[in-house]
Amino acid sequence: MERDAKGMPQRGLFSAQVDLSKFSFEDFSPASAEEKKQQEVLGESSTFLKDGMRRLMKNPLAVASMITLIAIVLIILIAPMLIPYDYSEIIKVGGKRDKGMSNLAPMAYSQAETAYMEKTGEKLFPHIMGTDKLGRDYFVRVLYGTRVSLAVGCVAAIMVLIIGCIYGSIAGYFGGIVDLVMMRIVDVIYSLPDMLIIILLSVVLKQSLNLDGTPLAALGPNMVSMFIVFALLYWVGMARLVRGQILTVKQNEYVLAAQCIGTKPGRILRKHILPNCLSVIIISTALQVPSAIFTESYLSFLGMGVSAPMPSLGSLANAAREGLSSYPHLFIFPAIVICLIVLSFNLLGDGLRDAFDPKLQR
Amino acid sequence: MAENEKHLLEVSHLKQYFPIRTGMGKTTPLKAVDDISFAIKPGETLGLVGESGCGKTTVGRTLLQLYKPTAGRIVFDGNVLFDSGEVYDENDEPVLDSRGNPTIDRSRVVHADMMPFRKQMQMVFQDPYSSLNPRMTVEEIIAEPLDVHKLCHNSKERHERVLELMELVGLNAEHASRYPHEFSGGQRQRIGIARALAVNPKFIVCDEPVSALDVSIQAQVINMFEDLQKKLGVAYLFIAHDLLVVHHISDRIGVMYLGRMMELADADELNANPIHPYTESLLSAVPIPDPETARHSKRIVLEGDVPSPLRMPTGCPFRTRCRYATERCSIAHPPLTDRGDGHYVACWNK
Repeated sequence: MERDAKGMPQRGLFSAQVDLSKFSFEDFSPASAEEKKQQEVLGESSTFLKDGMRRLMKNPLAVASMITLIAIVLIILIAPMLIPYDYSEIIKVGGKRDKGMSNLAPMAYSQAETAYMEKTGEKLFPHIMGTDKLGRDYFVRVLYGTRVSLAVGCVAAIMVLIIGCIYGSIAGYFGGIVDLVMMRIVDVIYSLPDMLIIILLSVVLKQSLNLDGTPLAALGPNMVSMFIVFALLYWVGMARLVRGQILTVKQNEYVLAAQCIGTKPGRILRKHILPNCLSVIIISTALQVPSAIFTESYLSFLGMGVSAPMPSLGSLANAAREGLSSYPHLFIFPAIVICLIVLSFNLLGDGLRDAFDPKLQR
Repeated sequence: MAENEKHLLEVSHLKQYFPIRTGMGKTTPLKAVDDISFAIKPGETLGLVGESGCGKTTVGRTLLQLYKPTAGRIVFDGNVLFDSGEVYDENDEPVLDSRGNPTIDRSRVVHADMMPFRKQMQMVFQDPYSSLNPRMTVEEIIAEPLDVHKLCHNSKERHERVLELMELVGLNAEHASRYPHEFSGGQRQRIGIARALAVNPKFIVCDEPVSALDVSIQAQVINMFEDLQKKLGVAYLFIAHDLLVVHHISDRIGVMYLGRMMELADADELNANPIHPYTESLLSAVPIPDPETARHSKRIVLEGDVPSPLRMPTGCPFRTRCRYATERCSIAHPPLTDRGDGHYVACWNK
């Protein structure tokens, strides 16, 4: 073997071995404390929520539906303030009743309005979605209908969330006979035909509820009975889901550790178990909203929703049914809004599930 | 009895049965822990070894009353935590009534409120990945016992105590606001140990605290356990299935098989002079790092499988796999007898 001047074996031409002659002894001295410290870079602590939100923001469908929902909420809050018509107001031109006002096409003016504008030179606010049979501005009515439908959806989802979470966590955490009895009650409620119960309850409640003088009076007995129906029937799915989650989370050793510390059951539930079921709860609440809006819409469609003149998307569609062939736009506008809301909530719920469910992480 | 005064924890005739449904409306008791007695002195480490499913973990959890014991008596620091009131005669045999049921002295039955004792008995868990709540920061995890027992009066005191504990177990103060998933297994186990130490316990059950860790990390954590014992004087019940680890850390070792204590002796004595055939075979299975010695050592291989705990053999549970088993072994369970120098063995033939 050939050796160089230092007596080291000569390096082959294609050898991948590091040529040590290029380095001095100092290159291999241990790192100083200061140099070591440079390596200890601590990254930003990432919480579960931040992680999930980051994943959610990467989902274009979920982001689009979030933007749609925010836009809808902003429009229904701000637009009625800018539009000079009220949802129950029959439009008058120059203080006089206008017979040609009913069933106008979108963006059209009635003859009386055109004449009024020519005479005074004043520009009247356009009827963006036309007018209905009684000569009310349809855009404002759809806006108010969306308000009602969204409110019903959100209130119902929150009620379902509260009742379902409390019921499910008690059943899941305590287990045994408590769980058995509580879940049989859920089974009974689950087996009732909900449409029938909703119709029966809203008929009965409508007659027996006396809301005069309460803040709820503005909503009307139908609306209140609808809330009661949601509170009575729709929590069972949530309760089952929460119970199932709690049964699995309960098995974790950190729950045992908390018991070992002496933590009380209430605190264990609040601090250890429920936060770890949170993703599932958020997702199913988001999916509960469109289902409540849907139920409200078809109840209103059947004539058991909010009372006139307050519109809801379902009752608007129902009223438009009569003149469907002549004035299809009266049906199409509320239907589109229902579709937008329901679709957005469903896509957002799906996005939330993908972002927060650790089992689906890619 | 004078010697007993010195014991921190005394366990006698502890039984923990779990009802297992074995058919329509029929349950069979699974005897996870069956008639186990031992005692631990302050600042001492008792190792508990045995194969998987022999009831080691159940012993630890039952001691802390995470399960309600089926029977037995647990005395901690002079306070009776649990007593089912069964009467035993001077030979340690249960006194049976005319129908063959154990006599129960109602006046002795105790089921103490554990809350004050949770401050003195703590536990370190096996799996550092599931024993820390992923939604809580390290500070919240370590401070939880402080909050529950109201040991700190204000948030500044609490924060200082947490940092002190983190330093004690070798964690960086900057880690306090991080979440468990940002740590390695060894660091997580340190967090778990800091949580157990937060209340200044006198006794810690270590439930296989190193079996989920790498060997190099195992050594660090075990050395930390030893240092903490020297500093704080805590007593450990150290559960593990690695005999080398247990021998290293323990003062005394108990060997369990199918819910029964088979042998209980000084760590060195047990290692040098195992008497029970099960301990013998366990020790022969320990790998020897020197190949020269290993070649000459004889491995005792046990035949057959561990019997199902639902269908336990009569008499001594080990007799089905024992080389020395005789007729007598199938009739009665051998009592745990002293063979001199506190070396207790439960075997008829050895």
